[in-house]
Amino acid sequence: MPEGYNFAYLDEQTKRMIRRALLKAVAIPGYQVPFASREMPLPYGWGTGGIQVTASVIGPGDILKVIDQGSDDTTNAVSIRRFFSKTAGVATTERTIDATIIQTRHRIPEHPLHEGQILVYQVPIPEPLRWMEPRETETRKMHALADYGVMHVKLYEDIARFGCIATSYNYPVLVHHRYVMAPSPIPKFDNPKMDRMPALQLFGAGREKRIYAVPPYTSVKSLDFEDYPFEIQRWDQPCALCGAADTYLDEVITDDVGTRLYVCSDSDACQERQKGAA
Amino acid sequence: MYVAVKGGEAAIDAAHRLLAQARRGDESVPELSLEQIGEQLGLAVDRVMAEGSLYDKRLAALAIKQARGDLVEAIFLLRAFRNTLPRLYDCEPIDTALMAVRRRISATFKDLPGGQVLGPTFDYTHRLLDFALAETGNRQEAVAAPAHADAGVAMPHVSSLLGREGLIEPEHGDDDQFPVEDLTREPLDFPASRALRLQNLARGDEGFLLALGYSTQRGFGNNHPFAGEIRIGEVEISIVPEELGFAVTIGAMTVSECEMVNQFKGSKDIPPMFTRGYGLVFGESERKAMSMALVDRALRAEELGEEIAAPAQDEEFVLMHSDNVEAMGFVQHLKLPHYVDFQGELVMVRELRAEREKDEARGKTEVGHA
Amino acid sequence: MTYSDPILTVQAISKRFMGRGGCVDVGFDLWPGEVLGIVGESGSGKTTLLNCLSGRTTPDEGVVLYRGRDGEMADLHAMSEPRRRLLMRTDWGIVHQNPRDGLRFGVSAGANIGERLMAVGARHYGAIRGTAADWLGRVEIDGLRIDDRPSTFSGGMQQRLQIARNLVNGPRLVFMDEPTGGLDVSVQARLLDLLRRLVREMHLACVIVTHDLGVARLLAHRLMVMKEGRVIESGLTDQVLDDPHHPYTQLLVSSVLPA
Repeated sequence: MPEGYNFAYLDEQTKRMIRRALLKAVAIPGYQVPFASREMPLPYGWGTGGIQVTASVIGPGDILKVIDQGSDDTTNAVSIRRFFSKTAGVATTERTIDATIIQTRHRIPEHPLHEGQILVYQVPIPEPLRWMEPRETETRKMHALADYGVMHVKLYEDIARFGCIATSYNYPVLVHHRYVMAPSPIPKFDNPKMDRMPALQLFGAGREKRIYAVPPYTSVKSLDFEDYPFEIQRWDQPCALCGAADTYLDEVITDDVGTRLYVCSDSDACQERQKGAA
Repeated sequence: MYVAVKGGEAAIDAAHRLLAQARRGDESVPELSLEQIGEQLGLAVDRVMAEGSLYDKRLAALAIKQARGDLVEAIFLLRAFRNTLPRLYDCEPIDTALMAVRRRISATFKDLPGGQVLGPTFDYTHRLLDFALAETGNRQEAVAAPAHADAGVAMPHVSSLLGREGLIEPEHGDDDQFPVEDLTREPLDFPASRALRLQNLARGDEGFLLALGYSTQRGFGNNHPFAGEIRIGEVEISIVPEELGFAVTIGAMTVSECEMVNQFKGSKDIPPMFTRGYGLVFGESERKAMSMALVDRALRAEELGEEIAAPAQDEEFVLMHSDNVEAMGFVQHLKLPHYVDFQGELVMVRELRAEREKDEARGKTEVGHA
Repeated sequence: MTYSDPILTVQAISKRFMGRGGCVDVGFDLWPGEVLGIVGESGSGKTTLLNCLSGRTTPDEGVVLYRGRDGEMADLHAMSEPRRRLLMRTDWGIVHQNPRDGLRFGVSAGANIGERLMAVGARHYGAIRGTAADWLGRVEIDGLRIDDRPSTFSGGMQQRLQIARNLVNGPRLVFMDEPTGGLDVSVQARLLDLLRRLVREMHLACVIVTHDLGVARLLAHRLMVMKEGRVIESGLTDQVLDDPHHPYTQLLVSSVLPA
């Protein structure tokens, strides 16, 4: 650990403040709790919310996994994993099932999470109503009054214009039948995994200074219409590496004449399956 | 056989080595010392201290050196460091009336107690490149300390002179009645108190405030300002340790202060009088202090019953977008990978296009049958 | 609730701004199916009064009582905000003078009409769209325009769209602020015709603010004449317009051609 810094970088007072916000967030699923976000040594918008949440819940015995775009090896995931191995000296892993805390940007691991695990999301814009209503003062009121008609106006408009709900990521959800929540920019493919997940889901938005949570086994429903039900993305071919047909695929362009192939975005799940097949 | 991209770790390490190399530049050129930065690029140091919200010239100089002269990056370094420091005491409010003044001007009175003191200012210089400075080894003639500089001369604030006649709104200084929140300890909430707004502006981006202040002058929320007073100099910092129970001076700092005096026509309950816009910034940063004072006054529109129509009067707009550490992070996060979301969009756009082609084909068939 | 119970009871409403403008000591009752016109020149306090009545401005003094579907009277400004907002999207409608204040210009006509339905829980796209199409017809807008944005509509169509958006879920009380302002005379006539028909069909109670006595004569059963924030004369529309008592009303009436 670098000299002069506390365990996991944040001082204990700050951690206590964040834990209080987390407790409130867990008590009111999907509600955005304001917290006094601190400047972190990483830029705002690069995971400072997630890092502060992780720093507040991590202990010396934890095993940390960090992914960005589903992969453990993207630069930002590497940078955040290093930050914690340096400042907290905790063990890290790339295996989803071994991790006690998983910090993520833009994906939920393919392997189902189990009880006792914590999934920490990095959130750029916590407010799901923001694109319909830019004012914080107004959106807060809308949440308080569950005045959510405008969300369906947007979905209606999508169907009227495109014939389907044209939101592919950060697809809004209703948590515990009460609060409309932004799931962070995960693909809508991952939305069903949030519903009644055995693991605790924590969301940190550093720049916007909000924390929210979905406790284990909580209902998370993607907004839709009865006659236009929520659907996830599908590919008409399996992963080129592991052959999985039920995972989220990245498109990789392999030459300059447009040849492309599809591979799992979750690098750990893909490798596990390849090993199993070998 | 395709193998998934790997090597993030190695790439980051290599990038950091390249950065260190680029920072140092040509090694045949002598390395910059923090003293050189502090002495010769003092205004850059001051800006970094102000927006970094940490008064430490040496650390600010280090941040500038480490950031290769990128001041916003240096501000970020200083903020992140500041965040780890323990809080031992809150200092007593500084008293700028007791400032050891280096510069003090008023645009509202030709002469006033204490006089006008230009001090080291760019004002009235002709902005001609001085090619003599291209060479090192220049020596400057020493300037005799101006006569006013002895601490005996009282320099009351212009606003206090107006206040004696009741021509300007009184300021409340009662922290018990109007407790001062701490922006760095509590999340910003709306409506924000003036104290909180001023804290936000004091560490807000100079360029942003300059543009907003300028916009009020051009008619987007005009409030008829006069530069009542600008003063720059040193003030003492004191704390009251609990075990002593009295104030102890622990040091001094340079601050720039601006009080704008603004027209106000009065209302049902308030007689016509001047109102204030206030700016206070660490170090020498007159432009920032003036901009801050303009924006502070603009943000008081609601309190003073003025119509809120311009961006500078919109509290949520100004306060949510003034912080350059927040802004730079979020703008620059766009270069982080967004493969997953983009893949979602790709799938969607292809589906929509396929749907449309199907529709068009169907439309053609129908026309064909008709 | 009996037929003779008022739907809205307004008692001694006052709202001043910096000691001027606003309205002073205004009171009246409004019955279901009745249209009340508030007339006066600009600056007479009509709009302030309308804002107080519709809950958008809190008056300095006085109360506004609304009789809900359950027959109970409730104080509009004392009730909780959730309840007030619910009323706004179920029982009440507001038609603004400027369509930009009353429509979402960023979404289609269909979405504009469907919003109130979705706000109270409608979740079947086909049904919402069907209702929206039906209402476009009722306000005489071509059903093919259902996916067009309001910005592509003429001024008269925008006003009709606003009306459809407000009436789609059968409100009981509608506030209108100069609904025909800024429209050509022929367009006005068509809109007034439409309003008259809808008010009758839906048995709507209606408060309509206008400076146009022609509009008032066509739509309103009763009139209140305002000057400098006060009601100076009120009564049945024909009575007030044909036999004005107050000199100011006489002046107003004499300056317009009989409708």
